[in-house]
Amino acid sequence: MRTPTFRHWRPATFVAAALVALAACGRPTRSSSASDAASRVYVAPGEKDEFYAFFSGGFSGQVSVYGLPSGRHFKTMKVFSQDPETGYGYSEQTRAMLNTSYGFVPWDDSHHPELSQTAGVPDGRWLFINGNNTPRIARMDLTSMETAEIIEIPHSAGNHASPFVTENTEYTVAATRFSVPTPQRDVPISSYRENFIGALTFVKVDSSSGRMAIAFQIRVPGYDYDLSSAGKGPSHGWVFFTSYNSEEANTLLEVNASQHDKDFVAAVNWKRAEACIAQGKGTKEPARYAHNTVGADHIARTEWGTSVTVITPATCPGLAYFLPTPKSPHGANVDPTGELIAAGGKLATVIPVFSFSKMLAAIEANAVDTVIHGIPVLKYESVLAGEVPEPGLGPLHTEYDGQGHAYTSMFVSSEVVKWDTKTFQVLDRIPAYYAIGHLMIPGGDSRKPWGKYLIALNKITKDRYLPTGPELTQSAQLIDITGERMQILLDFPTVGEPHYAQALPASLIQDRQLKVYDLAHNTDPWATRGEGEAGVTRRGNVVHVKMTAIRSHFMPDNIEGVQVGDSVYFHVTNVEQDWDVPHGFAVTGMNNSELLVMPGETRSIVWVPTKPGVFPFYCTDFCSALHQEMQGYIRVSARGSSVPLTANTTRR
Amino acid sequence: MRPTTFISSLFALLAIAACGGKSDAPAAATTAAAPASTLTPWQVEHGVGPITEPVELKAIDQHEVTEGKALFDQRCASCHKANERYVGPALGGVVGRRAPEYVMNMILAPDQMIQKHPEAKKLFGTYLIQMPNQGLTPEQARHVVEYLRTLPAPPAQ
Repeated sequence: MRTPTFRHWRPATFVAAALVALAACGRPTRSSSASDAASRVYVAPGEKDEFYAFFSGGFSGQVSVYGLPSGRHFKTMKVFSQDPETGYGYSEQTRAMLNTSYGFVPWDDSHHPELSQTAGVPDGRWLFINGNNTPRIARMDLTSMETAEIIEIPHSAGNHASPFVTENTEYTVAATRFSVPTPQRDVPISSYRENFIGALTFVKVDSSSGRMAIAFQIRVPGYDYDLSSAGKGPSHGWVFFTSYNSEEANTLLEVNASQHDKDFVAAVNWKRAEACIAQGKGTKEPARYAHNTVGADHIARTEWGTSVTVITPATCPGLAYFLPTPKSPHGANVDPTGELIAAGGKLATVIPVFSFSKMLAAIEANAVDTVIHGIPVLKYESVLAGEVPEPGLGPLHTEYDGQGHAYTSMFVSSEVVKWDTKTFQVLDRIPAYYAIGHLMIPGGDSRKPWGKYLIALNKITKDRYLPTGPELTQSAQLIDITGERMQILLDFPTVGEPHYAQALPASLIQDRQLKVYDLAHNTDPWATRGEGEAGVTRRGNVVHVKMTAIRSHFMPDNIEGVQVGDSVYFHVTNVEQDWDVPHGFAVTGMNNSELLVMPGETRSIVWVPTKPGVFPFYCTDFCSALHQEMQGYIRVSARGSSVPLTANTTRR
Repeated sequence: MRPTTFISSLFALLAIAACGGKSDAPAAATTAAAPASTLTPWQVEHGVGPITEPVELKAIDQHEVTEGKALFDQRCASCHKANERYVGPALGGVVGRRAPEYVMNMILAPDQMIQKHPEAKKLFGTYLIQMPNQGLTPEQARHVVEYLRTLPAPPAQ
């Protein structure tokens, strides 16, 4: 078949084409023309995006920062994974961030970013994200976009239903996706029902510093706890966790954990937990967990937790209730009014929507089917606000636009379904390419959604992009939700699996971005606050190099007297005080990573030379017109050599 | 270009133009080089930057000198010495060769100075290094000037 070209077109065709193009400029249509969609996501060179969006990196362990509506990628925040590009997790100042009770764990599987909230609205202070593999919660500071703290969750495995926050970020929560023997011990796996239990962990967040502390753990049956969402407004004080595998199966879960008609949403009253603990109903149990914090000196340190307060529903009536929920629910998402909780049963044929006020009435009326481990199971009909009929296949996760509409992702039928939160009727549906997991509306899990865009976070892209061998990109799709019907505007690839995301208007944080670290307040013990302090010292086999970096030289730049097998610590201080002037540092054959040092900051890295010679070091970040000149040499002599330790700190 | 292609392009342009709306693209795509010297006589003497009012030099204030020296050691000494050319020019006697306002503008707005001031341009040609902006406040720059006043000019070569 011949490819049609303009050459073969008649003039009438051009007129028709132009008319079609013109028509597309008017009211947005369902299948918007490419140019119309393009104009609505186009951010002209030099212009800025309307929203910051924070996407989890999934198996990359990090968080990426994008602009919306353009989909442009600005930065990857280093969280759970070592990053040889910057030295995060390699440098002396950052290594402690990745300590855990399992040892140094330099990676994770980061799933759910969550913005801190005040009065149920994202406040632009911090971003939390869970480590799903080695149970952890990280907190990022949104003025530096750097990880400030990582706390390990003890008595947990697979921290999936996390780190969702309560209305004023009183707590960020964690839960066990995998129930495990607690405390951990050597038991037959077949003893699952006797020995395996779940834990819902509430982590207190200090309202001024953001510092996290494990407040208490609620011991719950050995199900798989999946996702959660905090109450707001009238339901403030409650958190709703979904669970599956109420069968308590431990083999072939894809079959054996799908036997029951209904699993559960656990409704947890954390104010009640606080009251019970105040009455002495909690017990302190030994636990060992790492709590890694970046100090005022910009150095990460680990403190070890030694115990955790545990409370059980049986000893604290009113603490937790189970809401029966069809078929392996994933999301349990509270709407902006705080009244509705939509639960996505992965294998269900409807989306059940619970009513918070009916739940309170059912508790009052004791509308209970049975009690499991001290947790009353409320009657399904007594707590139901309505069911969304025939929504599609595999409902997973719901967010809201604040205009009375809910949007639910459908994993199996790969679509987004819009429904009415009053009538529970489906209003619209749009395909996602392909296998949508979570979806996100800026503020769509809060009391005040900015309901302009929806992001579909897709697991599979198959034929959507130029192929790149067996491993293909994942993607996000930007959907306009301002009209009656949803309209896809943009499709963009992401770093790692974009498991879930959060977004907020750029105006909330863009003017608060840190530009440099103040050199005058650099209290790193190895800081070099000016070339007068630069130099080298030896303590046994350890050599410390105090070095400055500024456009475009290192001081010292020539070092002699180092011996094979020495541990040479390079402490590099970037003495620039200007925005956007990091310096890099690297020596030939470094076995760990290079360094990227922000203005005013000190970063240290160790180098152990293995052979005599003279080895160059240089700046790896193109910093200035004379960046290529930003270099030096380090001379390495044989062990026991008499070459004195010297460092050139002059021009000659 | 074939006539038909030309016509089609025309239609496409018409269609795009008709969309309107997003006309916030900058009028000129490139920033033209600044016109030769548009500096006022005051700027020629005192430099270009945030310092636009005269700075009065009184008897040397030792407290400010101490403050200024500490700042100089941290933020300036990587490139400037008193008596020798280093990465940048020797600064002994600089307050005297230049107006204090000029020195402060060079500290506070080196990028503007290098782009706009003929003397700073000349120095850039000699030293080939864009002087970094070290983020001082005007008050801190004034303290550095006070310190620089205490550095005598190097002996004539």
